[in-house]
Amino acid sequence: MTVVKHTDADTRSSRAPSAPATSRRRIVIALLGLLVVVLAALSVSVGAYTLTPSDLVLTLIGQGSGSDNVIVFRLRLPRVVLGILAGAAFAIAGALFQTILRNDLASPDIIGISGGASVSAATAILVFGASGAIVSLSAFAGALVVAAAIYLLSWRDGVSGYRFVLIGVGVAFLIQSALGYLLTRGEVKEVSQALVWMVGGVGGAKWPDIAVLAGTLVVLLPLVAALAPRLRVLQLGDDTAGGLGVPVEATRLALVGIAVALCATATAFVGPIAFVAFVSAPIARRVVRDGSLALVPSALVGAALVVAADFLAQHALPGELQVPAGILTGVLGAPYLLWLLATTNKGDRSA
Amino acid sequence: MSRERLQGAEPAHTLEADGLSLAYDGREVIGDLDLTIPDGDVTVIVGANACGKSTLLRGIARLLRPSAGIVRLDDRQISTYPAKEFARVVGILPQSPIAPDGITVADLVGRGRHPHQGLFRSWSSADGAIVADAMAATSTTELAGRRVGELSGGQRQRVWVAMALAQDTDILLLDEPTTFLDVTHQIELLDLLAELNHTRKKTIVMVLHDLNLAARYAHHLVVMAHGEVVATGAPADVLTPELVQRAFGLESHIIPDPVCGTPMVIPIGRFHRPAPISY
Repeated sequence: MTVVKHTDADTRSSRAPSAPATSRRRIVIALLGLLVVVLAALSVSVGAYTLTPSDLVLTLIGQGSGSDNVIVFRLRLPRVVLGILAGAAFAIAGALFQTILRNDLASPDIIGISGGASVSAATAILVFGASGAIVSLSAFAGALVVAAAIYLLSWRDGVSGYRFVLIGVGVAFLIQSALGYLLTRGEVKEVSQALVWMVGGVGGAKWPDIAVLAGTLVVLLPLVAALAPRLRVLQLGDDTAGGLGVPVEATRLALVGIAVALCATATAFVGPIAFVAFVSAPIARRVVRDGSLALVPSALVGAALVVAADFLAQHALPGELQVPAGILTGVLGAPYLLWLLATTNKGDRSA
Repeated sequence: MSRERLQGAEPAHTLEADGLSLAYDGREVIGDLDLTIPDGDVTVIVGANACGKSTLLRGIARLLRPSAGIVRLDDRQISTYPAKEFARVVGILPQSPIAPDGITVADLVGRGRHPHQGLFRSWSSADGAIVADAMAATSTTELAGRRVGELSGGQRQRVWVAMALAQDTDILLLDEPTTFLDVTHQIELLDLLAELNHTRKKTIVMVLHDLNLAARYAHHLVVMAHGEVVATGAPADVLTPELVQRAFGLESHIIPDPVCGTPMVIPIGRFHRPAPISY
């Protein structure tokens, strides 16, 4: 009987871990991918002038009319592509932070890294009268500086997730007051420009921006993939990971660096679209629920969130009101934050 | 491989600490400690709370950098090993490992193969066979598809041991593996570890709280107090009322364990004075 059991086990267990994606995860990825495609097609088609599905397909394969070409390639497609890329970048940045620091609150938009980008961009707009690429560069630099500051402040024989989050939340408050100071001192016209930037949206999408963001992703995502096996072991705890041959602090620093770069680059082009980094991975992991990193599902959730928020912000609000996508993600994310704070530590997740 | 070593074909491992000091945040927990782990034996580290047992284990496992002194594996300082190479010889099951939400038993055990995999050497059928073997040895095969979070404490601890076994190291360190287990599951787990030591010739080093279980399962006992080793050797040679007094500050009688003859510590305490009977 034992022999039978063992052969049975051999086939079962040697199959299970060898397949990196469970069938459930594959189905989730396929459905989320479909959702992103549908949302993207809707966003490109619907508007003051609505394209039929056949017009859309014809235009995309280069057979469209002149006006359709302008509407699709000049006006609507850049928004959608920027939304997809930025959403994916935010989501992966959030997923990395939350996994490395083992805390769902530890996403760059909660612990002040996006805030660092905001305060830096607001300074560029309000103090130096900058616009365009300078604002983007300032935002990028601001995110990096704040992330480095939090990392150094929370270092004590290594970085613990809990300390990192607490210090990050403190830094976020500090940044809020700095922003308040900047906004009350600024000129009305520039303040409104800064406020729009700080809400975040894909309205100003241009192909060159998209190329820079896409290039960043092309460089960083393979690094994430290369470090993913170590991250899967880090999920089991620092000591377990160290015992399994993972250089814990070096890996954590590398992954934090990649996550900050992803978040900072996306923020530079679309502003800190609220809560996308924060909610995407937890949503994806709750759906997949197989203990995996769920990076691909997270990226798809992030992309879908930004595209959907932008679509709703443009078309679904009463009275022809159009707002940046960040308003809608904020409306979605804030209740989730409250729910998370209310339920954290009720269930023990550790073994 | 283990059979070859039985015949003396494969060189034994040596693991030793020399003048080892370990500190957290500059606060020294262990100072100038010498220790040799006997190859192929079960070594149990005991001592009062906060005496530095877990810290010592972390130091040996390379999880904590010494503030002074060195730890050597096979006559080579452990900090000079590439991380994965060390992790193919020495494995550790820490006190509270984390099971990611929703992870299955097979997936968790499979992650123990990490030190044997690389960027260009991912999952192989050999990995699958070793994982299946680790699960069979720990009787977790039937749990393969279950979620770790849904298991009982005893099952969960067997799954973690399976993960450590999948790492396939000759030396296995365990930090209080029986904590949170009821007495039945404690014995079950210790039996499993004794069996792994016996049949697979694994060198086992573990921290235990229960002196009597330590005396029963250890070939080699390491007694610690205040960051120092106060006694080492076979439990029968080491455990005396004087030592228990010195290491734990506890008055006790020591009698032979009626089941296996190993020393058994009977604590006295303030309210129960020993009756004048002879054993």
